[in-house]
Formats: sequence, structure tokens, C-alpha cells
Amino acid sequence: MTKTINLTLKVWRQQGPKDKGRFETYHAKNISTDMSFLEMLDVVNDQLTIDDKEPIAFDHDCREGICGMCGCVVNGRAHGAEKGTTLCQLHMRHFDNGDTIAIEPFRAMAFKAIKDLAVDRSALDKIIQAGGYVSVNTGGAQDANAILVPQEVADLAMDAAQCIGCGACVAACPNASAMLFTSAKVSQLALLPQGMPEAAKRALNMVRTMDELGFGNCTNERECEAECPKEISITNIARLNREYLNAGFFSRSI
Amino acid sequence: MALDAKIPGGPISEKWDRHRFELKLVNPANKRKFDVIVVGTGLAGGSASASLAELGYNVKTFCIQDSPRRAHSISAQGGINAAKNYPNDGDSIWRLFYDTVKGGDFRAREANVYRLAQVSNDIIDQCVAQGIPFARDYGGLLDNRSFGGAQVSRTFYARGQTGQQLLLGAYSAMMRQVAAGKVQMFPRREMLDVVVVDGHAKGIVARNLISGEIERHAADAVVLCTGGYGNVFFLSTNAMASNVTAAYRAYKKGAFFANPCFTQIHPTCIPVHGTYQSKLTLMSESLRNDGRVWVPKNQGDNRKPDQIPESERDYFLERKYPSFGNLVPRDVASRNAKEQCDIGKGVGETGHAVYLDFADAINRDGRDVIEKKYGNLFQMYEKIMAENPYEAPMMIYPAIHYTMGGLWVDYNLMSNVPGLFVLGEANFSDHGANRLGASALMQGLADGYFVLPYTIGGYLTGTPKADVTTGHKAFDESEKQVTDGINRMLAIDGKRTVDDFHKTLGHIMWDYCGMARTNEGLAMAQTMIQELRAEFWENVRVPGNTADFNQSLERAGRVADFLEFGELMIIDALARQESCGGHFNEKFETEEHEALRDDDNFCHVAAWEHTGDGQEPEFHKEPLVFENVKLTQRSYK
Ligand SMILES: Cc1cc2nc3c(=O)[nH]c(=O)nc-3n(C[C@H](O)[C@H](O)[C@H](O)COP(=O)(O)OP(=O)(O)OC[C@H]3O[C@@H](n4cnc5c(N)ncnc54)[C@H](O)[C@@H]3O)c2cc1C
Ligand code: SF4
Ligand code: FES
Repeated sequence: MTKTINLTLKVWRQQGPKDKGRFETYHAKNISTDMSFLEMLDVVNDQLTIDDKEPIAFDHDCREGICGMCGCVVNGRAHGAEKGTTLCQLHMRHFDNGDTIAIEPFRAMAFKAIKDLAVDRSALDKIIQAGGYVSVNTGGAQDANAILVPQEVADLAMDAAQCIGCGACVAACPNASAMLFTSAKVSQLALLPQGMPEAAKRALNMVRTMDELGFGNCTNERECEAECPKEISITNIARLNREYLNAGFFSRSI
Repeated sequence: MALDAKIPGGPISEKWDRHRFELKLVNPANKRKFDVIVVGTGLAGGSASASLAELGYNVKTFCIQDSPRRAHSISAQGGINAAKNYPNDGDSIWRLFYDTVKGGDFRAREANVYRLAQVSNDIIDQCVAQGIPFARDYGGLLDNRSFGGAQVSRTFYARGQTGQQLLLGAYSAMMRQVAAGKVQMFPRREMLDVVVVDGHAKGIVARNLISGEIERHAADAVVLCTGGYGNVFFLSTNAMASNVTAAYRAYKKGAFFANPCFTQIHPTCIPVHGTYQSKLTLMSESLRNDGRVWVPKNQGDNRKPDQIPESERDYFLERKYPSFGNLVPRDVASRNAKEQCDIGKGVGETGHAVYLDFADAINRDGRDVIEKKYGNLFQMYEKIMAENPYEAPMMIYPAIHYTMGGLWVDYNLMSNVPGLFVLGEANFSDHGANRLGASALMQGLADGYFVLPYTIGGYLTGTPKADVTTGHKAFDESEKQVTDGINRMLAIDGKRTVDDFHKTLGHIMWDYCGMARTNEGLAMAQTMIQELRAEFWENVRVPGNTADFNQSLERAGRVADFLEFGELMIIDALARQESCGGHFNEKFETEEHEALRDDDNFCHVAAWEHTGDGQEPEFHKEPLVFENVKLTQRSYK
């Protein structure tokens, strides 16, 4: 049943990358428990606008958990405490009347601050540019059914391919590593016959780029898996490591 | 101005081959001398950017989001069509072509649709080669399912995230070209004007959404892949940043807008539940393969669904359309749901919902099978509604989902402004008055991978190269216009928020230009929009300033365009005195409440030309000629 609650928000406000930033307190009143977290922020922003204050900047687009654009740290948890949920799909029914909620941006060395809760995650695109693809041009592909792919393999590849590139894994990791993100793409393509030929090289290049961009190392903290809204498994990291070792071997042998 | 669609001659099945042969080729060494701007990175823009770059063109690509991977295409769920006929159930290129023309209620251009069906198979081959993990059967072959409005299984899918996987495929291909230095990516940019020099599109003016800087970019051709305008209704299944701005500003620069009143209402969305709601969530219509739609037989029956016995349920789609049942096209399913609710049989707290019930499918196939097919959709439903759809039927209601109208393009996908191409949902070309499920993904990728890479060459070789730089006075004028518009909005300092105006506009559009329209309602809505627009320019409050990351300002610009564009939709709806597909005027219906077309007078594309602010647009007609498909009354009985 729908009911309404009142909340106190401590929101990170930061004018830009040069500003130091600080928490500001706001009161969110009469929030319907059927609202999503972002709709709650919309209500707060409407009030700020009317009160002649600057609304809180935050990224979002699809609002259905698939584009990966939204994401903040809510009470210390990336995308909030609900398992397998993006911030846009987190509903206010998971909060109680009178709660205080702390809202901060995803923080990592490789994510530059933009404003308030919005950060620059273009480093994730750069990791993909380093090899997150199969090197085929448009046109001339053989019939789609020419190569059979066992159903289990296709399913495993799909599990990994579901990554939405939100960066929560990075924000959750004590080392700000992007290993879960990187391994998801490496796994998807290494599992499928189409991606296999480049698998080792891909792993090597993507991990190298990840390091260069200032993401940390993976020391098996498993925070990434716990916070990932798409429940990407860390077994993908093991698969990446295998490909990576192969690559080392491979590069020595040429 | 005469609208020449430049449809090649010859039999329909040979037109595209013949055209490709006749198009002049750009010498490989010359391709690198051409710069092409692509605006948008959805399926259309992503695939076009990658393919053009692979051919050797210098591509500059723009998108609003922080990464090209986040374009609205990402949220498509159900699947993508192709005429592969893998299941051996009687599909063919001809049948896909026929179904699309008929599904579009005979308001699409035959030649374009045929080409779409022809290249559909190449798309699947391409996507598999890219490593897209489509669903497979036990033998490792690609799996297919049937999808809204089709009697054959021609839909390929990747769980409930087909759009995501296809988009990531196109995105990856594009990232490969970024790494190769052939695509230069400009994320967090909003295109605010097309720059036209001597009648040809030669660049764009865009706002850097982080710094607020107005940037100029010149090129030899501009390709708009900026998606649909469903957000004119405020509540829709579109992503929040989906807009009409790019297309509308091109319209103001001379590009014709075709059939703007053709909008699609999707039957299976999660119902509206509060005024704070910011968007509607689609439940893929693949659910209609296994879910059965029903309402209580008796008005006002508010027992819980499990307490309503079989004999007191009305499976109204199965009853009215025995051969298609729950799989009737979207417009038919939507209108019927509305009709049931209008006569007081709707369910749920608001009465604006019908049931979509999986109990029979779960009994028949087992929960595992259903979970495998729709797991993520069920989960999404539960997250939003806090109700378990494995146990209680889902509640659904129609919502705005897709826009068939768009910028007018010829067979080459070029608008009437030479050098300005339009791809994907942003053009009007292939779906007529109603789009079939799983055909938008197909069209976006067809346009970007397999059509534009050929046709743009024809334009570039056939046009003397004019090296326009960003110092040209046309850029000065565009930039000034854009800057003035922004400053004017910021200076108003009124009392109502941008969203508040947007919501009001949305209500007007939904009530009078939505699922069912009347001439009186439309006329009234036109006045209401004019008044709302006038108020916007006096009373909107846009906080902050322009040299900043200012999301209110972004939205304000989009809503300002919607406030003009909404009126254009209404003008178009009023001009089309017939019903067809998604355009349903209550004055024109069959005895069975189906859309009643008037082929003698309205078998045409209505293309509108901007004639100046506040002035009536000028109507242009492209007659539609059907040589291969016989015009019939659509029937799904
Ligand atoms: C929820 C949902 C489910 C769907 N499911 C299916 C399905 O199962 N099968 C199917 O076939 N179709 C489906 N569709 C329809 C289909 O997803 C869309 O029609 C299609 O993806 C549109 O692709 P596009 O490339 O034309 O545009 P979009 O994907 O909308 O991309 C638009 C791009 O343009 C950019 N842009 C827009 N304006 C500007 C500007 N002013 N400046 C700079 N950049 C700009 C955006 O940033 C974005 O990159 C679905 C649609 C929705 C809403
Ligand atoms: S792995 Fe998970 S948390 Fe990391 S980017 Fe992908 S979806 Fe987000
Ligand atoms: S807004 Fe798209 S995932 Fe949250």
C-alpha cells in the first residue's frame, strides 16, 4: 500500500572539479513510498528550484536499470543497499519515516568530479576501446547459424554481457579497481567462438589500459560483486586472469 | 516543392541491387577527405558511425549521455526481426515486407520496406559475428520467437535485453574505430542547430553540456540519428533525455517533418500510479506470447484476481480476435484495453489497468521455462509494483512508446535538405501509421549498417566539394540564434518549473492527441498548447546559468521545442481526416471500432514545411503508390 514518509537528506554538493565539496542537508517531505529514489530527488529539486536554489545535479536517463547512467553512493552503498538494483530502480518503500540518508557521488581516482553527484566515467569507454570488441567490419559476415554455440555457453556469455557500465564496482572497491567491469567484457567475448581468436590479446590490452587510467588492482575484496546491480559474478575475473596468463605466455612465444 | 522520393525503377525485389549498382562510388583514397557528422549513438547512429569509419570516412559522433553506450536503444527488450525463416514456418523476405506494410496500415513506402526486409538477414549475421549472445536452442542454433502482430517466429532475442546487446555490439564496433582514430567521439553534447550553407547541410552547432560552451562543427554531410519524440507526452517509455530538439531544429532549417501525428501506444506498460511519476516502464510485448489479457466480465468487480472464477473473466482479445488472440498489433491491443477501462472494467487502484496473466503458461510449461524467457521482466515488475507476477497476474496499461513520424527522407534516407540524412526512429520512413514489434531495432541497424554507407557515397560524389569552415557566417548566425534562445530562457525567472510545463503539455497531448482523437478535442488542444507556450515564455523558471553543467537548462530547451512541436502534431492529426494505425480519429471507425482508412484521399505522406515562427506550416504531399501489396481493410479476426 502507498504511504508517505519524511526524510532528511545529506547530499554531497560540489560546484565543479576544483571545488572542495561538502554535505548539505535537505528535508524531503511527503515522499510516496511508491516513488523511485530518483523521483524523490526530482521532488527535492523542484522545491529547490522554487526556493531559488540550485537543484542537485545527478546523472540518469533510462530510469529502468539498463542504461547505466545513474548511480550514487547511498548510505555508504553504491546504488543503495538493495541487492541487484540500480539507483533508478530503488524504491522509497525500502526506507522508513524519519530516516537520514547520505548521498554521495561514485568516487575513484579514474572518475573525475563533474558536479554534485555527477562524475566522469569515460575511462570505462577507454577500456573498451582497448579491445572490448570483435575485429569485424560491417558486411560479408557468414550465416548466423554457421557456427553453433552451445546453449550453456551462450547463457554464460549473456550473464557477463549484462554489465551496464555503471561503475558501481569501481566505487565499491577499496582499490577502485575496474576488474569486474573489464572481466565482464573479456569473458563475454572469450566464451563465444567469434571472440576467441583475440581473447588473450584483448585481455592483455584491456587490463593494461585499465592500469594506465588509474584504476587500482584487484585484491579479491569481492565488494564489486556485492554491489553490482546486474549481479555480475567474480568468476569472470578468474576467467580474465586465465586469458591474461595465456596472453603473457603468448607474447613470450612470438 | 515537389517531393521526389527517388525510388529506383524496376521490380521491387531488384530495386535495391540496381540502385546500389547505379550509385557512384567514392574512391577509397578519397573517402578520408570527407568529414561526416553523426548525431546520436543509438542503434542507428552507432552502426552508422562504425560502418562509415570502417569505409574510411572521418566521422565525428555526438551524443547527450556521458557515454555512447547509454543511448535510449539500450532499453529495448523484446527482440529484432529478420526474415531468416530458420524455424521453417513459412517466413520470407516477401512476408516480412508484406506484414510490415499491412501492419503500418498502408501508410509506408513500399520500396523502403522491401529493402528493410531484404537486409534484415544481414543484420543478424553481422550481430552474431560481433559476439552478440543471442538466445540459442539446445542444439546451439539461434532461437526465435513470435512477437506482437506476427504469425511466424522471426524474432531474435537476447533474454529481455535485446536492445542492450545490439547497442553494445554497435558501440563496440564504434569504439574500435575510435581507437583507430577514425571516429572522434563527443559525448555530453547536445546538437542545437543544423548549419545550412547554400542549401546544403554543412555542420552543426552543439552545446557542451559540462562547460556550457557553444561549439561549431563543420562537415561534408550531417546524419541525424536522434531518436523519437515520444516524450512530448511527458510520460512515455522513452529515456528521460529523448527529445525532438535535433529533428525540430532541422525542421526549422528547412527539413520537412513527415506524419508527426503517427505515434504508437504500447499496450503492455506498467500503469501510471502517481503525479510524481517521471516515466513509464514497458513490459515487453513478448509477454503477450504467453500472458493472457483479461478483465472481469462485470463492471466494478473489485475482487482480487484469484477470486474471480474463470467464467467471470473476459479474455477480450481472444474473444474478439480469435485468430490473432493476444498477439494482435499494438494499436489494436491498446485501444481495446482503453475501451475496457472506459466502460468501467479496468482493474487496480486507479481502474486504468487490465490483467496480463501467466497462470496458464506456468501450469503448462513450468515456472522454470517462464523464468528463463521473461525472468528479468518479472523481476523489473516486482521491483516497481512490489507484487510477484509468478503468483498474481500483472497489471498493464497502454503508454506512449514509439513515434512513426519523423523527418521526411527519400529512398537514400536523405531529407529534402541535401546533405542532411536521417536514420532510425528520427526519420519517418518504414513503419507507416503503426510499427510492428521488433522492427525498430531492425530498421535502426538496417539504416546504419547497410543503407547509409552506400547512399551517402552517392551524395558525396555527386556534389561539388565545398570546404566550409566553422568561420562561415552561417555558423555565426546559428550560434547567435542558439545563444539568444538560451539567454532568453534564463532571463524569464518565472514561477513554474520546466517539468511542471512539461507535465501539463503531456496531459494535453495524451487526452486529445493520444489513443483516440476527435476533431473538436484536437482543435481545443491546439489553443491550449498555444496558451501554454505563451505562459512558458513568461513564467518558466530556469535556475543557474549557461556556463555550467545545468540540467534544468537542458530540459528547458527540450520542453520549449516540444511546446511548438506538439502543435505541429495536432495540425497533422487535424489534416488527416481518416483513421489509420496509431492515428485513430473517432469520426472514422468501422462498425467494429477499427480504424477506417480513406485511401482515396489520404493514401499519402503528409510532409510539413516550416514557414516561420507562429505561422501555419505548409503542407506537402508524397502520394503512396502500392504496386505490390493490395490495399485492404486490416483485419486480425
Ligand atoms: C522501452 C522500450 C523498448 C523497446 N523495445 C523494442 C524491441 O524490443 N524491438 C524493437 O525493434 N524496438 C523496440 N523499441 C524501439 C527502439 O528501441 C527504438 O525505436 C530505437 O532503439 C531507436 O534507435 P535510434 O538509434 O533511432 O535512437 P535512440 O536509441 O533513441 O538514440 C538517440 C541518440 O541520439 C542522441 N541525441 C538525441 N538528441 C540529441 C541532440 N539534440 N544532440 C545530440 N545527441 C542527441 C542521444 O544521445 C542518443 O545517442 C523499444 C523502445 C522502448 C522505449
Ligand atoms: S560490473 Fe556491475 S557494477 Fe561494474 S559496471 Fe558492470 S554492471 Fe556496473
Ligand atoms: S537511469 Fe538508466 S540505469 Fe538508472
